[in-house]
Amino acid sequence: MTMNDRKEIIRLDGIRRYFKVGNEEVHALRGVSFTIYGGEFVTIMGTSGSGKSTLLNLLGCLDTPTRGEYYLDGVSVRTMGKNDRARLRNRKIGFVFQNYNLLPKTTALENVELPLLYNSNVSARERVRRATEALEQVGLHDRMYHKSNQMSGGQQQRVAIARALVNDPVLILADEATGNLDTRTSYSILVLFQKLHRMGRTIIFVTHNPELSQFSSRNIVLRDGKIVSDEANTNIRSAQEVFDSLPPEDD
Amino acid sequence: MNLTNLFKIAFKALSNNKMRCFLTMLGIIIGVASVITMLAIGQGSKESIRAQISEMGSNMIMIMPGADMRGGVRQSAEDMQTLKVADYEAIRSGCEHVVGVSPNVSSSGQYVNGNNNYPSSINGVTSDYLDIRRLTVEDGNAFTDRDVKSAAKVCIIGQTIVDELFPGGDNPIGKVIRFDKLPLKVIGVLKAKGYNSMGQDQDDIVLVPYTTVMKRVLAIDYIQGIMCSATSEAYTDEAIDEITTVLRSNHKLKADDDDDFRIHSQQELSNMLSSTSDMMTTLLACIAGISLLVGGIGIMNIMYVSVTERTREIGLRMSIGARGIDILSQFLIESVIISITGGIIGIIIGCTAALVVKGILNWPIAIQAYSVILSFLVCTFTGVFFGWYPAKKASNLDPIEALRYE
Repeated sequence: MTMNDRKEIIRLDGIRRYFKVGNEEVHALRGVSFTIYGGEFVTIMGTSGSGKSTLLNLLGCLDTPTRGEYYLDGVSVRTMGKNDRARLRNRKIGFVFQNYNLLPKTTALENVELPLLYNSNVSARERVRRATEALEQVGLHDRMYHKSNQMSGGQQQRVAIARALVNDPVLILADEATGNLDTRTSYSILVLFQKLHRMGRTIIFVTHNPELSQFSSRNIVLRDGKIVSDEANTNIRSAQEVFDSLPPEDD
Repeated sequence: MNLTNLFKIAFKALSNNKMRCFLTMLGIIIGVASVITMLAIGQGSKESIRAQISEMGSNMIMIMPGADMRGGVRQSAEDMQTLKVADYEAIRSGCEHVVGVSPNVSSSGQYVNGNNNYPSSINGVTSDYLDIRRLTVEDGNAFTDRDVKSAAKVCIIGQTIVDELFPGGDNPIGKVIRFDKLPLKVIGVLKAKGYNSMGQDQDDIVLVPYTTVMKRVLAIDYIQGIMCSATSEAYTDEAIDEITTVLRSNHKLKADDDDDFRIHSQQELSNMLSSTSDMMTTLLACIAGISLLVGGIGIMNIMYVSVTERTREIGLRMSIGARGIDILSQFLIESVIISITGGIIGIIIGCTAALVVKGILNWPIAIQAYSVILSFLVCTFTGVFFGWYPAKKASNLDPIEALRYE
């Protein structure tokens, strides 16, 4: 199956993003173009200052480009208003953050339900059903009623991933999703992402850690606001194997 | 986003901070409770003053002589002789808003019954006077028109006079007492009324036919005053107008002459006293209102802190699809929940406190329906008003900045 048979999820066309800082104009992105198709697992890499955070905000519809076109699932985002973008995020995107961003003192189930609360088409019953399903997918069906502060970092990140899955998004956007976790837990989260990838999810994983590119199907590297390399990875490493090879926790 | 979900979210957020939520509410609770209690106390005292005045006869009208000039010298009230029996009769027949009329001539002197004597006054009236002053004859009878015509030597006495002149507990009915040298047969005893709000003993009273006082005591042909009652308190002004017209024509006064009489109504007194207690009520309500305001500022303060503290949460909510209006509504609903819950608790506490004051201190209390409704509305308004600014601030946050907030 070639890429062109697949559905186009994201198309960036000459994206530029400039910021005004005092009197100077900072060029965070200087013409970025790429297309991501359904079912891809893309890592976007770059050092700090490379523009990857700006790109992430644009991809996540939190921000709009200064110039260039961005199509998410065939819809042009550039001219959209704040409320329309909020709706777009609610229906099409699932965010996974480095610091999980769960609501404190709130159960896993309620945290996962959250995006559906902002979608009035979903009934309360449907909401619970889908949240439960999402938690089952990330392997937390036995911790649904645990509060966020009673869970480990890895568990919290799983809840966050479940929250990103619950609205059945066309795109999962992960921002340094393993950045706060120890090696063993990081790999367990990567295992989960690879599992979601196999299930056909489209995932963009923004990171500064070059190691992670081995586990994705495609790797885009940014430097100074431009793409310096965009390569498909034909030899995807299994995170599960790495995880199994790690020494078991002895303490 | 529907309302149920918004309430769910707001409730959840509040229940995560129960203590803070309760302390914020406390400001509103105290504010509302004090508004209700204060107004209940104020209104209660106003009503009790009203009741006392109506006990004295709230529709009572007093006519006194006045503005009598003799050779350019203004005369004192006792010497004025402008009111005659004819005036009384004219009012009696010519005023449709007047139900009871009685002339009033009085003097003072010493009452004697055997070994007991007591200084008091003598009031010459007709039997209408009893209705005008809301007096009732408990034992015996009131005097009749015939007694008035014949200037009969009969009297009706109050309880204080009974106690002073008949300390042994004898039945005074049918006994003869002396006022100075005038023997008076006791034909009735008035029901005790006690002291009025001005501290006057309403039972220290002796009523005799006015003709008796005019002919046998003072030997005068004028009367010192006329007491009337209007058909009801509401018709007092009409009654006064009628009396004025009748008296002016009786006295043959020209259009530009001053009245040679003065008319006072109990309504004036009633208005004066209730304006005093209105002022008290306003004062109390102001104090209570200020505490409600302070409570509102408390809400604003907490909501403001809460918005800052929950910046990341707001960022997250926005990133997963909350619009500005959703965030605004959430914080607004939170503050309204605090204020309304506080308001309801305040209403319960306020009413309880008012009833406790009534039960323990025996103060007159009247819980006002309007104060309950008003303070509830004020509460809701407070919640919206003081919640608006922080909520607006929250909804205007940039999701990127908010997510990055430490």
